[in-house]
Amino acid sequence: MTVTEDRDLRTDVVRLGNVSKRYGSLLALDRVSLSVRKGEFVCLLGASGCGKSTLLSLVAGLDQISGGTIDVDGRHVSLMFQEAALFPWLTVAGNIELPLRLRGVGRADRRRRAEELLEIVRLRGLGRKRPHELSGGMRQRVALARALAQDADVLLMDEPFGALDAMTRDLLHDELERIWREQELTVLFVTHNVREAVRLGDRVVLLSSRPGRVIEDYPIGYGRPRRIDSPEVATRAAEITDRLRAEVARHAH
Amino acid sequence: MPTDVSTSPQARTTAGLDALELAEATDRGSLGRRLWRSTWPKLLAVALVLAVWQLVVWSGWKPEYVLPGPAIVAADLKGLVVTADFWDGVRLTMTRAVVGFAAAVVIGTLLGAAVSRFAPLRAAIGSLITGLQTMPSIMWFPLAILLFQISESAIFFVVIIGAAPSVANGLISGIDYVPRTWLRVGQVLGMRGFGRYRHLILPASLPSFISGLKQGWAFSWRSLMAGELLVIVPGALSIGVRMQQARDLTEASLVICYIVVVLVIGILVDLLFNAADRALRRRWGLTS
Repeated sequence: MTVTEDRDLRTDVVRLGNVSKRYGSLLALDRVSLSVRKGEFVCLLGASGCGKSTLLSLVAGLDQISGGTIDVDGRHVSLMFQEAALFPWLTVAGNIELPLRLRGVGRADRRRRAEELLEIVRLRGLGRKRPHELSGGMRQRVALARALAQDADVLLMDEPFGALDAMTRDLLHDELERIWREQELTVLFVTHNVREAVRLGDRVVLLSSRPGRVIEDYPIGYGRPRRIDSPEVATRAAEITDRLRAEVARHAH
Repeated sequence: MPTDVSTSPQARTTAGLDALELAEATDRGSLGRRLWRSTWPKLLAVALVLAVWQLVVWSGWKPEYVLPGPAIVAADLKGLVVTADFWDGVRLTMTRAVVGFAAAVVIGTLLGAAVSRFAPLRAAIGSLITGLQTMPSIMWFPLAILLFQISESAIFFVVIIGAAPSVANGLISGIDYVPRTWLRVGQVLGMRGFGRYRHLILPASLPSFISGLKQGWAFSWRSLMAGELLVIVPGALSIGVRMQQARDLTEASLVICYIVVVLVIGILVDLLFNAADRALRRRWGLTS
């Protein structure tokens, strides 16, 4: 399999070199350097004001950097948000087909691909539903299928499960982990939930707040699949939480 | 449930949770029941209006040849709607209304799209459009008659100038209020230029556009009625002209008949717009 080879070769697919972002006089990101290897799952963790969402926008090319370099190696990058942000005038399948339509893929091929993607996110047979008829967790899976329809091999996720209830979130962790493996994705996942970061990530990158800087890079070596309530995850999360709290306390006046 | 439950425990849990969370189809009752629920208040309102009208007539406030009672008007109306001549008038008026409104929609849409696309244009004429919208359309007729004489063009001019600003404003506010997250999704999906309008901006502004159309229709219908009373094109026996004739002959009952006809047409068209609006809201999940 090419994945394992690639993972062994340690090809960087996302490379940030001293990236800074300034909004007027506010420095949101200060010389952030970060590399993500092919097939790696990296969680960005930080308190409010650490610029983690800004970072994803920059990598996705939605926003201009103020300094430094970003290299995504010419890959297809997609970005998912906390809201699924599906278009209500399209059916579920229509939403998934939209990136294909924009690329000029023919109707029959679009249909087939949408079916496959629905299967991957375990929503087979629900293509004709309207987005509002689905639950929040199902909508996020549709958004994931839409991202996959972009042929994205780098997936940026901005607190995608932040608005979901705990049980749905746990299930989606399992599903995301499976899809990440099966589809050979590289994931950059932003969250403020420490356990979620430890549950999902190969690495957890801790950012400081105002301005955002990389302060720690924790490798998470436990075998997968993991459980969010396992003692290993809890121990590691406690350690990272302490470090995060120390960082947040620094801002008290 | 169509989801496959054959495989792993993880798949089964996901499928189970999905099944629990899928919205149940709500029972909205039988068609007859729903119709009755929305109809009886309207019938009651009509009955009340008729009752008050009849009471005023009975009070002897005005002689009956000036203010006839509901029974007389109903009889005249019944006689009127079976004549081919009456339907010719309705057809003429409706043709004018539809053609005028369609032209207003085309012009208003182009205008709205242009204004929301080019910032200087918005600065220049954005508030002018709203100003035009508040202007009573009857104010335009003297100018229209000078420009186009007594002709169909004079009527169309006023109908269009009355309705186009509403259509334009509906589109402009629809485009202005496209949610930011949708715009970001558009960016992520790499939408640009025409495709961005075709697949994102225009569909997203549809609800506001429809209410603009509805308001535009109301304005064009009003302008048309004013026009038919003021600009009497020789040989064109529209509803307005017939109403004027009835007044000239002091046929109060016939005048009221035409008022009822205009009211009914207005209500029927409004029902069409409401149906379109409701269908859209249901598809988008904006209703409960």
